[in-house]
Amino acid sequence: MNPIMLFIHKTGSPPWFYQKTGYLIPWLWAIFLVLTAIGLYLGFVKAPVDYQQGTTVRIMYLHVPSAWMSMMIYGFMAIMGFIALVWRIRMLEVLVISSAPVGAAFTMIALLTGSMWGRPMWGTFWVWDARLTSELVLLFLYFGVIALYNAYDEPRKAARAASLLSIVGAFNLPIIYFSVEWWNTLHQGSSFGGDGPGIHPEMLWPLLIMATAVKFFYGANLLTRARLTLLKQDHRKRWVQDLVSEEH
Amino acid sequence: MSAQSAGTAFSALLRRDFLLAYRRRAELLQPLAFLLVVTTLFPLGVGPSPQLLADIAPGVIWIAALLATVLSLDSLFRSDFEDGTLEQMVLSGQSLSLIALSRIVAHWLVAGLPIVLLSPLLAMWMNLPDEGLSVLIESLIIGTPVLSLIGAIGGALTVSLKRGGQLLSLLVFPLYVPLLILATSAVSAAVVDLPYIGQLGLMTAYLITTLTLAPFATAAALKLSLS
Repeated sequence: MNPIMLFIHKTGSPPWFYQKTGYLIPWLWAIFLVLTAIGLYLGFVKAPVDYQQGTTVRIMYLHVPSAWMSMMIYGFMAIMGFIALVWRIRMLEVLVISSAPVGAAFTMIALLTGSMWGRPMWGTFWVWDARLTSELVLLFLYFGVIALYNAYDEPRKAARAASLLSIVGAFNLPIIYFSVEWWNTLHQGSSFGGDGPGIHPEMLWPLLIMATAVKFFYGANLLTRARLTLLKQDHRKRWVQDLVSEEH
Repeated sequence: MSAQSAGTAFSALLRRDFLLAYRRRAELLQPLAFLLVVTTLFPLGVGPSPQLLADIAPGVIWIAALLATVLSLDSLFRSDFEDGTLEQMVLSGQSLSLIALSRIVAHWLVAGLPIVLLSPLLAMWMNLPDEGLSVLIESLIIGTPVLSLIGAIGGALTVSLKRGGQLLSLLVFPLYVPLLILATSAVSAAVVDLPYIGQLGLMTAYLITTLTLAPFATAAALKLSLS
């Protein structure tokens, strides 16, 4: 068997996955904590205030990485769901369903920090602006995936249904995004790329560090959840019982 | 298994669905009655001011159409699932996507088309200006098939669940957002004499995309529900 196939088969095996991720997770948490400490220090203490928005601009260091993550995780779920459905890889089904609550949480953080930022800047907690609305619709898409998973009794069937729904949602997400964009726009445009005024390096660095930090948070949280889901699903299997008897 | 041609299977299924629909006439009328009742509630709720009603008319009519469609979606595959017909269809050797497409076409003809036919009445109630009426009808003709196509995926995903109806609305409403935006903006543009062809063009593109992809997703969801 060639090394790539061997790796895929190994990672697909729950006991192997459980054992190896057990070593990995503390590292992910550690990197996340270090990066967050640096990012928050640079962002909340060192970075200059915005000449128009004053110190409220610092919400950006939580808001923007969360908003990026909320979309990235949904895309991830769709890709993993597609692979899970086509090749029937159980580990990926578990990863899809473990991603959904993390993604929903990031979406909620983006919405909450956004409305806290909106209050002093726009004078209101909520406006039916394009990006806010598409973020809200994204939250409903996450709720749909989670609700569908919970509605089934049989976990594997539930995970496959949730994977299929996330693929359908991911096809629609760009269409929703652009239609809503076109419907109403108040949110400022992206400060990256394009021909806008751009962003000062002293503000860019903490933002990029935070954006990297949340990816490690996602990795750590996702793997922890996936391990728990595996234990729950396999609680009658030999490898889990061996694990439990080892602990005692 | 003697492989019957796909066309024969498709038309046989359509005929069966029409016969079933005809024998359950009362059940079909429920979503339409619902459509009328919901639309009546709006003038009662926001007041009978003709100008206000005219302003919100496109949105109200389209939202009522979404609600009525979702109401009829739960039964799309349910009775076939419960009495085992769906399993027989899968075993028939015909493409499941084709079977799904025929169910979707039948659903549109008995649930979507009546909404289009009722829309002039709704437009009159909501005091929609005459300039908007033809665009409203056009947007419903293009849009209601999309409602059936996307809804069928949700219906197929929830068919094996006991209380799928509520979940179904949570699954499909977010997916209906682009359609609602485009359709209501086309009608509103037509009322104030602005060009609306772009919105209708995008809706048609959406229709073609869902028409090509949704039957496959529905078939995959049906297989999953039967497994």
